[in-house]
Amino acid sequence: MLEAVVFYILAGVLVAMGLMVITRTNPIASALSMVVAFVALAGLYATLSASLLAIIQILVYAGGIMVLMIFVIMLLNLHPEDLKPMRARAGAVSLAILAVLGFVLGPIFLKVFPSGQWKMATLFPDFGSIFTVGEKIFSDYLFPFEVLSLLLLAAVVGALVLSKRKL
Amino acid sequence: MDLLYPVTPTHYLVLSAVLFGIGVAGVLSRRNVFIALMSLELMLNAVNLSFVTFSRINGDLTGHVFVLFVVAVAAAEACVGLAIVIALFRLKETVDLDLFKSLKG
Repeated sequence: MLEAVVFYILAGVLVAMGLMVITRTNPIASALSMVVAFVALAGLYATLSASLLAIIQILVYAGGIMVLMIFVIMLLNLHPEDLKPMRARAGAVSLAILAVLGFVLGPIFLKVFPSGQWKMATLFPDFGSIFTVGEKIFSDYLFPFEVLSLLLLAAVVGALVLSKRKL
Repeated sequence: MDLLYPVTPTHYLVLSAVLFGIGVAGVLSRRNVFIALMSLELMLNAVNLSFVTFSRINGDLTGHVFVLFVVAVAAAEACVGLAIVIALFRLKETVDLDLFKSLKG
Protein backbone atom coordinates (compact mmCIF):
# COMPACT_ATOMS: atom_id res chain seq x y z
CA MET A 1 0.00 0.00 0.00
CA LEU A 2 2.76 2.42 0.98
CA GLU A 3 4.57 1.64 -2.26
CA ALA A 4 1.48 2.58 -4.29
CA VAL A 5 1.03 5.85 -2.35
CA VAL A 6 4.67 6.80 -2.93
CA PHE A 7 4.41 5.89 -6.62
CA TYR A 8 1.29 7.98 -7.20
CA ILE A 9 2.65 10.99 -5.33
CA LEU A 10 5.92 10.91 -7.28
CA ALA A 11 4.16 10.26 -10.61
CA GLY A 12 1.74 13.13 -9.94
CA VAL A 13 4.57 15.54 -9.14
CA LEU A 14 6.50 14.36 -12.21
CA VAL A 15 3.60 14.83 -14.65
CA ALA A 16 2.51 18.15 -13.11
CA MET A 17 6.04 19.54 -13.28
CA GLY A 18 6.48 18.20 -16.82
CA LEU A 19 3.36 20.12 -17.84
CA MET A 20 4.70 23.21 -16.05
CA VAL A 21 7.92 22.92 -18.10
CA ILE A 22 6.09 23.12 -21.40
CA THR A 23 3.44 25.70 -20.44
CA ARG A 24 5.40 28.44 -18.62
CA THR A 25 6.29 31.56 -20.61
CA ASN A 26 9.42 32.31 -18.62
CA PRO A 27 12.22 29.78 -19.26
CA ILE A 28 13.53 30.21 -15.69
CA ALA A 29 10.20 29.00 -14.32
CA SER A 30 10.38 26.03 -16.72
CA ALA A 31 13.91 25.21 -15.63
CA LEU A 32 13.00 25.26 -11.94
CA SER A 33 9.95 23.02 -12.57
CA MET A 34 12.30 20.73 -14.45
CA VAL A 35 14.56 20.44 -11.39
CA VAL A 36 11.56 19.38 -9.26
CA ALA A 37 10.54 16.89 -11.98
CA PHE A 38 14.03 15.38 -11.90
CA VAL A 39 13.92 15.02 -8.11
CA ALA A 40 10.58 13.18 -8.45
CA LEU A 41 12.10 10.97 -11.15
CA ALA A 42 15.02 10.20 -8.84
CA GLY A 43 12.47 9.09 -6.27
CA LEU A 44 10.87 6.78 -8.84
CA TYR A 45 14.30 5.29 -9.62
CA ALA A 46 14.70 4.66 -5.90
CA THR A 47 11.36 2.79 -5.79
CA LEU A 48 12.73 0.62 -8.63
CA SER A 49 15.76 -0.11 -6.40
CA ALA A 50 18.14 1.83 -8.64
CA SER A 51 19.88 3.66 -5.82
CA LEU A 52 22.96 4.72 -7.79
CA LEU A 53 20.86 6.12 -10.63
CA ALA A 54 18.66 8.05 -8.19
CA ILE A 55 21.73 9.84 -6.86
CA ILE A 56 23.25 10.33 -10.33
CA GLN A 57 19.93 11.77 -11.54
CA ILE A 58 20.03 14.49 -8.88
CA LEU A 59 23.79 15.09 -9.11
CA VAL A 60 24.14 15.23 -12.88
CA TYR A 61 20.73 16.39 -14.08
CA ALA A 62 19.43 18.67 -11.33
CA GLY A 63 22.89 19.71 -10.17
CA GLY A 64 24.76 19.88 -13.47
CA ILE A 65 22.68 20.12 -16.62
CA MET A 66 19.90 22.30 -15.23
CA VAL A 67 22.34 24.65 -13.49
CA LEU A 68 24.17 25.04 -16.80
CA MET A 69 20.86 25.78 -18.50
CA ILE A 70 19.83 28.36 -15.88
CA PHE A 71 23.26 30.00 -16.18
CA VAL A 72 22.85 30.37 -19.93
CA ILE A 73 19.26 31.66 -19.64
CA MET A 74 20.43 34.33 -17.20
CA LEU A 75 23.55 35.09 -19.24
CA LEU A 76 21.54 35.95 -22.35
CA ASN A 77 19.50 38.57 -20.47
CA LEU A 78 16.26 38.12 -22.42
CA HIS A 79 13.76 40.95 -22.66
CA PRO A 80 10.17 40.21 -21.66
CA GLU A 81 9.04 40.84 -25.27
CA ASP A 82 11.36 38.02 -26.43
CA LEU A 83 9.36 35.53 -24.39
CA LYS A 84 6.37 34.24 -26.26
CA PRO A 85 3.70 32.11 -24.58
CA MET A 86 2.67 28.73 -25.93
CA ARG A 87 1.06 29.06 -29.33
CA ALA A 88 -2.61 28.33 -28.76
CA ARG A 89 -3.32 26.01 -31.68
CA ALA A 90 -0.06 24.06 -31.51
CA GLY A 91 -0.51 23.76 -27.78
CA ALA A 92 -4.03 22.41 -28.15
CA VAL A 93 -2.98 19.89 -30.81
CA SER A 94 0.00 18.62 -28.86
CA LEU A 95 -1.96 18.38 -25.62
CA ALA A 96 -4.59 16.37 -27.54
CA ILE A 97 -1.84 13.99 -28.67
CA LEU A 98 -0.73 13.78 -25.05
CA ALA A 99 -4.27 13.04 -23.87
CA VAL A 100 -4.55 10.25 -26.45
CA LEU A 101 -1.24 8.83 -25.24
CA GLY A 102 -2.20 9.02 -21.58
CA PHE A 103 -5.88 8.18 -21.51
CA VAL A 104 -6.20 5.78 -24.46
CA LEU A 105 -2.82 4.10 -24.68
CA GLY A 106 -2.44 3.93 -20.89
CA PRO A 107 -5.53 1.79 -20.18
CA ILE A 108 -4.72 -0.33 -23.25
CA PHE A 109 -1.25 -0.96 -21.83
CA LEU A 110 -2.75 -1.84 -18.49
CA LYS A 111 -5.21 -4.26 -20.12
CA VAL A 112 -2.73 -5.92 -22.47
CA PHE A 113 -0.06 -6.30 -19.82
CA PRO A 114 -2.09 -7.00 -16.67
CA SER A 115 -0.52 -7.21 -13.26
CA GLY A 116 0.34 -10.89 -13.53
CA GLN A 117 2.06 -10.66 -16.90
CA TRP A 118 5.26 -8.93 -15.87
CA LYS A 119 6.54 -9.85 -12.48
CA MET A 120 9.26 -7.89 -10.80
CA ALA A 121 12.21 -10.28 -10.66
CA THR A 122 13.64 -11.38 -7.34
CA LEU A 123 16.76 -9.30 -7.01
CA PHE A 124 20.21 -10.36 -6.01
CA PRO A 125 21.56 -8.46 -3.00
CA ASP A 126 23.02 -5.02 -3.77
CA PHE A 127 21.03 -4.71 -7.01
CA GLY A 128 21.61 -1.24 -8.42
CA SER A 129 24.24 -0.24 -5.88
CA ILE A 130 27.42 1.49 -6.96
CA PHE A 131 29.42 -1.76 -6.57
CA THR A 132 27.29 -3.94 -8.82
CA VAL A 133 26.70 -1.27 -11.50
CA GLY A 134 30.39 -0.38 -11.47
CA GLU A 135 31.31 -4.03 -11.88
CA LYS A 136 29.01 -4.25 -14.90
CA ILE A 137 30.46 -1.11 -16.49
CA PHE A 138 34.07 -2.13 -16.01
CA SER A 139 33.59 -5.70 -17.23
CA ASP A 140 31.00 -5.92 -20.02
CA TYR A 141 30.83 -2.27 -21.06
CA LEU A 142 34.42 -1.12 -20.67
CA PHE A 143 34.91 -0.13 -24.31
CA PRO A 144 31.69 1.94 -24.66
CA PHE A 145 32.61 3.59 -21.37
CA GLU A 146 35.98 4.64 -22.74
CA VAL A 147 34.40 5.85 -25.98
CA LEU A 148 32.04 7.94 -23.88
CA SER A 149 34.99 9.79 -22.35
CA LEU A 150 36.09 10.66 -25.88
CA LEU A 151 32.58 11.94 -26.65
CA LEU A 152 32.59 14.15 -23.57
CA LEU A 153 36.00 15.54 -24.52
CA ALA A 154 34.72 16.30 -28.03
CA ALA A 155 31.64 18.01 -26.54
CA VAL A 156 33.75 20.19 -24.27
CA VAL A 157 36.08 21.24 -27.10
CA GLY A 158 33.10 21.74 -29.43
CA ALA A 159 31.27 23.93 -26.93
CA LEU A 160 34.38 26.06 -26.43
CA VAL A 161 34.94 26.48 -30.17
CA LEU A 162 31.28 27.35 -30.77
CA SER A 163 30.91 29.90 -28.02
CA LYS A 164 34.23 31.71 -28.27
CA ARG A 165 34.07 34.99 -30.14
CA LYS A 166 37.56 34.77 -31.55
CA LEU A 167 39.79 31.71 -31.52
CA MET B 1 -9.39 0.10 -8.74
CA ASP B 2 -8.03 -3.12 -10.18
CA LEU B 3 -6.11 -1.13 -12.74
CA LEU B 4 -4.69 1.26 -10.19
CA TYR B 5 -3.87 -0.52 -6.99
CA PRO B 6 -1.08 -3.05 -7.19
CA VAL B 7 1.63 -0.95 -8.83
CA THR B 8 3.10 -3.09 -11.60
CA PRO B 9 5.89 -2.42 -14.13
CA THR B 10 3.15 -1.43 -16.56
CA HIS B 11 2.33 1.62 -14.46
CA TYR B 12 5.90 2.78 -14.76
CA LEU B 13 5.78 2.22 -18.53
CA VAL B 14 2.54 4.24 -18.85
CA LEU B 15 4.13 7.02 -16.82
CA SER B 16 7.13 6.90 -19.12
CA ALA B 17 4.85 7.14 -22.19
CA VAL B 18 3.03 10.14 -20.70
CA LEU B 19 6.33 11.86 -19.90
CA PHE B 20 7.56 11.23 -23.44
CA GLY B 21 4.29 12.69 -24.75
CA ILE B 22 4.77 15.82 -22.66
CA GLY B 23 8.23 16.18 -24.15
CA VAL B 24 6.92 15.81 -27.71
CA ALA B 25 4.14 18.32 -27.00
CA GLY B 26 6.72 20.78 -25.71
CA VAL B 27 8.98 20.48 -28.76
CA LEU B 28 6.01 20.82 -31.12
CA SER B 29 4.29 23.74 -29.49
CA ARG B 30 7.00 25.95 -27.99
CA ARG B 31 9.25 28.27 -30.01
CA ASN B 32 11.54 29.26 -27.15
CA VAL B 33 14.78 27.40 -27.78
CA PHE B 34 15.43 26.77 -24.07
CA ILE B 35 12.04 25.19 -23.52
CA ALA B 36 12.51 23.07 -26.65
CA LEU B 37 15.86 21.85 -25.25
CA MET B 38 14.26 21.10 -21.87
CA SER B 39 11.49 19.15 -23.58
CA LEU B 40 14.18 17.08 -25.30
CA GLU B 41 15.66 16.34 -21.89
CA LEU B 42 12.19 15.27 -20.70
CA MET B 43 11.98 12.78 -23.57
CA LEU B 44 15.42 11.36 -22.74
CA ASN B 45 14.33 10.97 -19.12
CA ALA B 46 11.15 9.18 -20.15
CA VAL B 47 13.28 6.66 -22.02
CA ASN B 48 15.55 6.32 -18.99
CA LEU B 49 12.53 5.47 -16.84
CA SER B 50 11.63 2.67 -19.26
CA PHE B 51 15.21 1.37 -19.16
CA VAL B 52 15.20 1.26 -15.37
CA THR B 53 11.77 -0.42 -15.31
CA PHE B 54 12.81 -3.18 -17.70
CA SER B 55 16.02 -3.58 -15.75
CA ARG B 56 13.91 -4.10 -12.63
CA ILE B 57 11.59 -6.58 -14.39
CA ASN B 58 14.47 -8.74 -15.57
CA GLY B 59 16.74 -8.25 -12.58
CA ASP B 60 19.55 -7.32 -14.98
CA LEU B 61 21.80 -4.31 -14.55
CA THR B 62 22.38 -3.63 -18.25
CA GLY B 63 19.56 -1.07 -18.26
CA HIS B 64 21.25 0.86 -15.47
CA VAL B 65 24.49 1.01 -17.46
CA PHE B 66 22.58 2.30 -20.47
CA VAL B 67 20.91 4.97 -18.37
CA LEU B 68 24.32 6.14 -17.20
CA PHE B 69 25.44 6.36 -20.83
CA VAL B 70 22.28 8.25 -21.81
CA VAL B 71 22.86 10.73 -18.97
CA ALA B 72 26.42 11.33 -20.16
CA VAL B 73 25.26 11.83 -23.76
CA ALA B 74 22.52 14.19 -22.55
CA ALA B 75 25.12 16.24 -20.70
CA ALA B 76 27.23 16.46 -23.87
CA GLU B 77 24.15 17.38 -25.90
CA ALA B 78 23.09 20.11 -23.45
CA CYS B 79 26.56 21.61 -23.42
CA VAL B 80 26.94 21.73 -27.21
CA GLY B 81 23.30 22.82 -27.67
CA LEU B 82 23.66 25.72 -25.26
CA ALA B 83 26.92 26.79 -26.93
CA ILE B 84 25.05 26.88 -30.26
CA VAL B 85 22.25 28.92 -28.64
CA ILE B 86 24.77 31.45 -27.34
CA ALA B 87 26.44 31.74 -30.76
CA LEU B 88 23.04 32.16 -32.45
CA PHE B 89 21.94 34.74 -29.89
CA ARG B 90 25.05 36.82 -30.65
CA LEU B 91 24.16 36.70 -34.33
CA LYS B 92 20.37 37.19 -34.24
CA GLU B 93 19.61 38.68 -30.78
CA THR B 94 16.71 36.29 -30.31
CA VAL B 95 15.91 32.84 -28.93
CA ASP B 96 12.84 32.28 -31.11
CA LEU B 97 13.22 29.05 -33.11
CA ASP B 98 11.04 30.42 -35.93
CA LEU B 99 13.59 33.16 -36.62
CA PHE B 100 16.49 30.72 -37.08
CA LYS B 101 15.79 29.99 -40.72
CA SER B 102 18.94 30.92 -42.63
CA LEU B 103 19.27 27.38 -43.98
CA LYS B 104 15.66 27.26 -45.20
CA GLY B 105 15.50 27.01 -48.99
